[in-house]
Amino acid sequence: MPKSLYEPLRDLGIPKHAGDQMYSKSIEDYLKAIYLLSRNGKPISTSEIAEHFKIAPASVTEMMKKLAKKGYVTYSPYRGVHLTHKGFQVAEKVTRKHRLLERFLHDILRIRGDKVHSEACAMEHALSDEAEESLCRFLKHPDRCPDDEKTIPACDLPFSTCEECIELHKKDLEESGRREHVPVSINQLKEGARGRISFIRGGRKVLQRLSDMGLTPGTEVTVVKSAPFHGPLEILVRGSRLALGRGMTEMIFVEAEKA
Amino acid sequence: MTKKKLIIALAGNANVGKSVVFNYLTGLHQHIGNWPGKTVERAEGTLSFKDYTIDIVDLPGIYSLSTYSLEELVSRKYIAVERPDLVINVVDASVLERNLFFTLQLIELETPMIVALNQMDIAKRKGIEIDAEKLERLLGVPVVSTVATKGTGIYELLERAVEVIEKGQTTRREVKYGEEVEERIARINKMLQGIEFYYPQRYVAVKLLEGDEEIAREVDRLMPRAVEAAKKLADEIENLHGHPCSTVITSERYEAAGRVARQAQKLVPPVRLTTEERLHNLTTHKFAGYIIMILSLLLIFYSIFTFGNYSSEILNNLLERLQPLSTGVFGTGIVGNLVWGGVAEGLIAGVTVALPYIMPFYIVLYFLEDSGYLSRIAFLMDNAMHKIGLHGKAFIPMMLGYGCNVPACLGCRIMETQRERTLAAFVTTLVPCAARTVIILGLVGRFVGIQWALVLYVFDLFVIFVLGRLAFRILPGEPSALIMEMADYRMPQLKTVLKETWFRLTEFIKIAFPLIIVGSLVIKAADVSGLLNPVANLLSPITVAWLGLPVVTGVTLIFGVLRKELSLILLAALLAPAGLQSLTPVQMVVFTLVAMFYMPCVATISVLVREFGRKKALYMTLFEIAFAIILGGVALRLLTLFT
Repeated sequence: MPKSLYEPLRDLGIPKHAGDQMYSKSIEDYLKAIYLLSRNGKPISTSEIAEHFKIAPASVTEMMKKLAKKGYVTYSPYRGVHLTHKGFQVAEKVTRKHRLLERFLHDILRIRGDKVHSEACAMEHALSDEAEESLCRFLKHPDRCPDDEKTIPACDLPFSTCEECIELHKKDLEESGRREHVPVSINQLKEGARGRISFIRGGRKVLQRLSDMGLTPGTEVTVVKSAPFHGPLEILVRGSRLALGRGMTEMIFVEAEKA
Repeated sequence: MTKKKLIIALAGNANVGKSVVFNYLTGLHQHIGNWPGKTVERAEGTLSFKDYTIDIVDLPGIYSLSTYSLEELVSRKYIAVERPDLVINVVDASVLERNLFFTLQLIELETPMIVALNQMDIAKRKGIEIDAEKLERLLGVPVVSTVATKGTGIYELLERAVEVIEKGQTTRREVKYGEEVEERIARINKMLQGIEFYYPQRYVAVKLLEGDEEIAREVDRLMPRAVEAAKKLADEIENLHGHPCSTVITSERYEAAGRVARQAQKLVPPVRLTTEERLHNLTTHKFAGYIIMILSLLLIFYSIFTFGNYSSEILNNLLERLQPLSTGVFGTGIVGNLVWGGVAEGLIAGVTVALPYIMPFYIVLYFLEDSGYLSRIAFLMDNAMHKIGLHGKAFIPMMLGYGCNVPACLGCRIMETQRERTLAAFVTTLVPCAARTVIILGLVGRFVGIQWALVLYVFDLFVIFVLGRLAFRILPGEPSALIMEMADYRMPQLKTVLKETWFRLTEFIKIAFPLIIVGSLVIKAADVSGLLNPVANLLSPITVAWLGLPVVTGVTLIFGVLRKELSLILLAALLAPAGLQSLTPVQMVVFTLVAMFYMPCVATISVLVREFGRKKALYMTLFEIAFAIILGGVALRLLTLFT
């Protein structure tokens, strides 16, 4: 493995020689970076990734080939890198853990602002799924991370609201099983894509309003277009055309239909 | 023989052509007021039909009868408590499923009702064919196809309405929920046995399961046991289905609506895009949409201002000719002075704003609203408005504010919550209206340079941004995001537009005129009794020492409260013979800045009082006075530094 691959890890103060476990960490870091860098599911170039990690593009290319072989990304030298479904799920999971940890470090441990991000980067790979769920409940299901107000991706438990999770909190979560696909927030769908609502975040009032307008779990929605500058989303639901503000679209999670 | 009286209510979603039906039914015999104690509009009209005098009550356009908004609560209470003889549910045939969701809720309320299946023409163009007879069988209530814009089916609608009232309604089909829900409804029903409600028993049971707060409160007084039990049963459903009970019930109700819709309608997908569709795509396009919006807004404002300026002057000259008549009757003494200079001048001030500016403004506004374009503007501007904690719809009153703050503040009712209405109204009062534009262009634009006038406009946007954000932080409560229907474009109906305009105009006159006239009289009285100059001198520490303006500006700013451009007209008169040119450029800019922000005019203040109460109106006014004074003084010092 090229030496420069360890650069991002060295930044975090992690020793170099840790074998296989280390390898999985850097995969997660790469997938996360691709996830964050690519907008609206468009492919990104290796040089963008190289710039992000401040390493040589050549080493990124090599890593991408490896990731492609493992089925996490599709990669071609001219079109760039694109996350596969598998890669996307890993990236969402790590991002979710990262942002939940940020909330924890920031709100509960009151770690200094600039340290929050790097601490979370180091911890995210070690956090188990069980711990992640408990953390989410403990933090009362936060929506956004503290430093740049980004949305925390949804969990992969089969609930339609966070209240259900709170209700069931005493029961063994293993019983309720897991989703086959991690739902994505509706604003991550491409224009013209369809999805089925699986999960809505937010309080009673918002939930009531959305369901009154026909947005109930299980309903099929089509994204028509999104207004520029991160404006509202135009969607079709039950034969009517709705405009949904950005903040709202981050709270509605859908299972994307395969095109 | 006296005719029997009937009351019929119109209910339905927004954008279904309800107001067109209302206009068709009632013609000119209408009046618009407020629901007692609420800032929710209530339109009423009467008509004669056969042996009856029928009162038509137009309920607000809503999507559900839950209690999310004031409109929904008011409508539900009206239907359940005041019990109209019949409800006509106006339904948009082109969005049947969502409309039937509301129909099913009305059926659950067990009110006598019929359905007006409206906009059949639009549905047909979208490739939707609806079998009205089948729909009638499925719903168990009479269904009449109508095209209200052409008047088709309205007579039959009335006939069926009267028939239902005379014979009574027996055939309605209840909404059947899933087994788990039905079983629990039955159990709550048993507990509620023997208690009298104005809501039907089954409805109360369903709403208790849904966790409806209003109904839970009512039941709690009579049978707290039932509320407790309902909570437990709702939890059971939640555990069974994995969704909150209210979501389960809403989902199942939507499923029922969808089933009815699918059975009653045939879909023939249109081969090519309809004109409406293409227009929609164009006006919400990421580049073209903004260009079209900016161009059409500029065109609208330009033409309204040109027309307003021109006709306002003619009207003013015409009315001023009445002065000899007044002096002939009341003489030129104190009484004559007060009558002409106070009452008549106040009236003229009002008339020359209302007719030339506000009337065309309303016509254009309702034209845009009825066509559906306003919702597209809200869509495009949502993100920008979020920067000051509001959502896209708030852009509409703000835009109106450039014409006149009075209709703009009334227009803040389109916001969903009281907090957002207040916030939107506050921001709106900072928008330079037509009168302030007269000052900006007539003083700074004319004597200092048009680029400086533009700077003032940009600065105004900056102030709106900063103060808007500040108010957003200070006012308690959660910001709410945009959820808005974008109904298909349609041709606005001139009759409806003119009628809306007429009602708004009379509303404006009722609100604004008394205050303008009283204010004018008070100021004239102060003038006659020689109080004005002492007051101006009293203000001189502010006007002269702090703002660096001539003493007379104290007087003109007082007059400006009536109508902002008066302050400029009067200033020109008081500075004669040297005129406005005797002011330095810095003084001009400072004066204009103060005039822009120093307080809303009396008419706007009266709207603020009506919509938000005395306290909030007072706070806003006081804040703006203080803000304008501070701003003017700071501007003076900064500007003199650079010149």
